Amino acid sequence: MNTPFYKYGAFGDETSLVVAFVIGIGFGFFLERAGFGSARKLVSQFYLNDLAVFKVMFTAIVTAMLGTTYLAWMGVLDLSLVYLTPTVLWPQLVGGLVLGIGFVIGGYCPGTSVASVATGRLDGLAFVLGLPVGTLLFAEAFPWIRGFYENGSVGVQTLPGVFDLPYGLVVFAVVLMALGGFAGASWIEKKFQPR
Amino acid sequence: MSPTAQTLNEPWGDGRDATRAVDAAAPAPYMNPYLAGIGLGLVLLAAFVIMGRGLGASGAVNAFVAWVVGSLAPAHAQSNAFLAEYLGDGTTHPLKAWLVFEVLGVFAGALLSGLLAHRVRVSVEKGPRVSAGLRLALAFSGGATMAFGAALARGCTSGQALTGGSMLNAGSWVTMLAIFGGAYALAYFVKWQWR
Repeated sequence: MNTPFYKYGAFGDETSLVVAFVIGIGFGFFLERAGFGSARKLVSQFYLNDLAVFKVMFTAIVTAMLGTTYLAWMGVLDLSLVYLTPTVLWPQLVGGLVLGIGFVIGGYCPGTSVASVATGRLDGLAFVLGLPVGTLLFAEAFPWIRGFYENGSVGVQTLPGVFDLPYGLVVFAVVLMALGGFAGASWIEKKFQPR
Repeated sequence: MSPTAQTLNEPWGDGRDATRAVDAAAPAPYMNPYLAGIGLGLVLLAAFVIMGRGLGASGAVNAFVAWVVGSLAPAHAQSNAFLAEYLGDGTTHPLKAWLVFEVLGVFAGALLSGLLAHRVRVSVEKGPRVSAGLRLALAFSGGATMAFGAALARGCTSGQALTGGSMLNAGSWVTMLAIFGGAYALAYFVKWQWR
């Protein structure tokens, strides 16, 4: 069995849109199950009284990472055919900071805001309406910020590549870091319980 | 008047919340964060194995904005390198994109989860000290800010932090750490929004 199925031509572009919708259903379902349709729940991560964002996100990262690693190891999944966004250091660092600022002001991120609208939040709807405005501002500013947008471009780059370490060792380190983080998260939550 | 009809029309609590019930049953508690994380991770893994790509959200907004600008001012959109990428060669409709269909799925999946757990409520999530109007303005600004940051970082919490994080993509880890950094740095200054 050779995967990714789509990259091996198991189905075409039209079918891939159906797959997109079905995978999206799974994504939205678990976001809402976790409570991520709620801005209060999401921002609690940054006030340290509920670290569900960290727990859910890192459990998901570890689950998918172990899955891809084992499937690649068994020869089922060709990791080189999985799309990776190229690394462009400076805009990704600054863009990340801007994303974090928008997150704590707005209370959602782009994905979770869709779950919030689906569960009736009007503030989530306001957030969603703000999204295209920010994108339009970026697009109109693009001719002037293009130099910075490309600054620090190093192509597709993984952590094992950057640190020149075996893939499996970095996977192991991320698992250990996550487990340590989960233990730390429970301790922090107890310390920062709202009175 | 039945109790259900009454909760449909009466604001909750002291009325400041402007929260109205759509579903009369008590909302179910959220899922254990580690279980939700495993579910989310398996959905992400399925996307890697089936499609050879991960999850996303902000890319759908980019496609939407490219379509709107492309419809209103075709020449302007084509001359903009950022938008032109989402318009392609013109043979495929800009909205016929993988992420657009995935995001529609996110809405459907979150609605399904919310309905099953009696969590669909028309509401404005906010602290008691801010007006609903101010909260909506903050959510709108947060959405615009995050879309700008996502365009700069080439992805948001879904495409970079979650997807790229699990693939050990170097730029994604930079973006992820910057998101947390930016959010924690500003959190203290916008706490009044929630208490």
